[in-house]
Amino acid sequence: MSNELVLNPGVDIAGDAHAHEHHHHQPFITKYIFSFDHKMIAKQYLLSGIFWAIIGGLMSLVFRLQLGFPDQAFPLLEEVLGKKWAPGGHINADAYYSLITIHGTVLLFFVLTGGLSGTFANFLIPLQIGARDMASPLMNMLSYWFFFLSGLIMLCSLFLETGPFAGGWQAYPPLSALGDASKGSKAGMDYWTTAMVLFVVSQLLGGLNYISTVLNMRTKGMSMTRMPLTIWGLMFQAVLGVLSFPVLTAGFVLLIFDRHFGTSFYLSDIFVNGVGALSHEGGNAILYQHLFWFLGHPEVYIVILPAMGLVSEVMSVNARKPIFGYTAMIGSMAAIVVLAFLVWAHHMFVTGLNPFLGSIFVLLTLLIAIPSAIKAFNWITTLWRGNNIFRPGMLFAIGFVSVFISGGLTGIFLGNAAIDIHIHDTYFVIAHFHLVMGVAGFFGMFCGIYHWYPKMFGRYMNNTLGDIHFWITIIGAYCIFWPMYYEGLSGMPRRYYDYSTWQSFKQFAELNKFISIAAIVTFFAQLLFIFNFFYSMFKGRKVRSQNPYHSNTLEWTTPIIPGHGNWPGEIPEVYRWPYDYNKDGREFTTQVTPIGADETEH
Amino acid sequence: MSASTSKSGRMHPHKFTMWLGIAAICMTFAGLTSAYVVKRAQSSWLEFKLPKEFWVSTLIILLSSLTMHLALKSFKARARLKYRNLITLTCLLGLLFGFVQWFGFQDLMSRGIQIFGEGSNPSASFLGVIVGLHFLHVFGGIVALVITTIRAYRKKVKSYDTTPVEVVSIYWHFVDILWIYLFIFFAIM
Repeated sequence: MSNELVLNPGVDIAGDAHAHEHHHHQPFITKYIFSFDHKMIAKQYLLSGIFWAIIGGLMSLVFRLQLGFPDQAFPLLEEVLGKKWAPGGHINADAYYSLITIHGTVLLFFVLTGGLSGTFANFLIPLQIGARDMASPLMNMLSYWFFFLSGLIMLCSLFLETGPFAGGWQAYPPLSALGDASKGSKAGMDYWTTAMVLFVVSQLLGGLNYISTVLNMRTKGMSMTRMPLTIWGLMFQAVLGVLSFPVLTAGFVLLIFDRHFGTSFYLSDIFVNGVGALSHEGGNAILYQHLFWFLGHPEVYIVILPAMGLVSEVMSVNARKPIFGYTAMIGSMAAIVVLAFLVWAHHMFVTGLNPFLGSIFVLLTLLIAIPSAIKAFNWITTLWRGNNIFRPGMLFAIGFVSVFISGGLTGIFLGNAAIDIHIHDTYFVIAHFHLVMGVAGFFGMFCGIYHWYPKMFGRYMNNTLGDIHFWITIIGAYCIFWPMYYEGLSGMPRRYYDYSTWQSFKQFAELNKFISIAAIVTFFAQLLFIFNFFYSMFKGRKVRSQNPYHSNTLEWTTPIIPGHGNWPGEIPEVYRWPYDYNKDGREFTTQVTPIGADETEH
Repeated sequence: MSASTSKSGRMHPHKFTMWLGIAAICMTFAGLTSAYVVKRAQSSWLEFKLPKEFWVSTLIILLSSLTMHLALKSFKARARLKYRNLITLTCLLGLLFGFVQWFGFQDLMSRGIQIFGEGSNPSASFLGVIVGLHFLHVFGGIVALVITTIRAYRKKVKSYDTTPVEVVSIYWHFVDILWIYLFIFFAIM
């Protein structure tokens, strides 16, 4: 591949089988910090993702304490959060709104976008398509450090005197555009916006790289239809990101101008308590929602597509049979990508949107059910009569399908404008997207981490801990989010600080307590995973064979711990698709095995 | 490796990445101009004529595209001095473009049209934000040009690889075409 020669002149390409034994010594800073190696960058993303997942998860625990036990004081909260945030062991309303805002922002963007696609796109794309590294390792490195900087700024915002941003993760104006609207809209919002713009830069640098790598850097014989579904998912995710994040940026730019330069894009002459009437004229807050949801909706597919890819691959390997309907899987992902751009206004049915326009968006939204159903069907039929090996990765893959279905079907309710009028902004929405995107995204991530951990660190994670982690997590997730459907259907609104003051929601006091306890238990089960992850890095069982799962894909043809450049010597050539399990009486046939005279290509 | 395309006749990956980046930038401006269209249909929209300076700046940026094109040609012909002069000219024209845009806004303000701040109308603010963001992209192109030029003059390694110059050149023509689009858009609106 001349592309390899062009782009990575510094990497061993010569047919030197012992290249990894006498590579030049790299200083710490270029090996571990400003590394160009996609595998190291993937690990950096993963560790950052874990860090933010703990922060975001802990935040949800704190506000779940408030929701489940509104009249109980927790002195510990005052100790940890201080007198400003939690006077007398109760978090105050400002802190509550800040927590839900940052919880949403951090988990959606930093964990399920940065952590999930950042980790696996970086790690798997070059390894599975047979490339030495990304198309632009420099951009890749920059992508991570922009992400790091973005996270740093978001972290700093937590310690501001006026607190972090508190206007909800969608940052709707006027709340987000007016410093006087709430405490969190002051400096916290500026930090939040800066962090988000830097995050977009990071995602764009990464996304351009992922697409470019997949389309240009494949090894000989690796045609698009011989790529594992992981790569398809990651590439489609990048396409969505590259085309929708810029629109969010446009929305943010206008928001920044409204905040600091007195323009009237979103702000109009509304009356604000304590401020009086604004001097702005002719702004339109709904405009922001259009620009925001033009990213916001693709964003949820940015989260789910990589997870879908990971789940498909892991499931096929562990069921020891080809993924059912490979082409249909690609087609349905492509359909999801196209539809992602055509449904954003279903988040805005109650904004006074023209009902006729609404009906078009209803139709397009309901169309999403078709590719989703195709995928769910294909996963189930992949499991059907497979020789399933229930490793933790496989368990999480199956769990993913479960929460994807139970969370996804309720999207059909929400996608109907008429029903949405009733359940918009209630806990029904919370339950829907937490299951279909949050939990499913996390399950895809766990599935990938358990499965590819041996390739990342040359050791196995502990399976028993993994099993316990899985069962507590899936039962816990259903205990947390399933009851919310009932709460939502009876009209319980989201984002309220205390429900005990409403006669109609008092009935849910016990249920909220139950949800909170489930959330606490589930969070602590994640600590098992954290322990397993870091303990196994140093003490886990060592990987002794090159291909421990008897998998077909290319990453298992590299040395157990690949160096920078992945393959000592030539990059292997590919002759077949990656799903030849139990074909012609052979348990598995790797992609680098030529098609025999007595067999047909799939 | 001086070939900008690989043996298989495929595009160089960096060029490909540039095209993707261009698609992303297009989405930003598509978002902003569609917001403009939506906003225009609503009440209290100020109508005003575009400043004449924009015609001048359009000519300047078109000219800079020409110099960029010639610069790439001379780089390919390995005429280093000519290349340097043309690149420098392109950078200067880019900066001049920015100045003329600035004077355009001065002209608007002298007509009593406020761009930002209290009492500004969204129609003028949109113009300010979009044109400003466009110049930011032009400026990014200037920075890239300077870096490429410095690289071409490193004493140690003589690089005859046209790819970086081609990538910057693609980008430069893109910001040119983008301006033409924006100009026509505002003129029609």
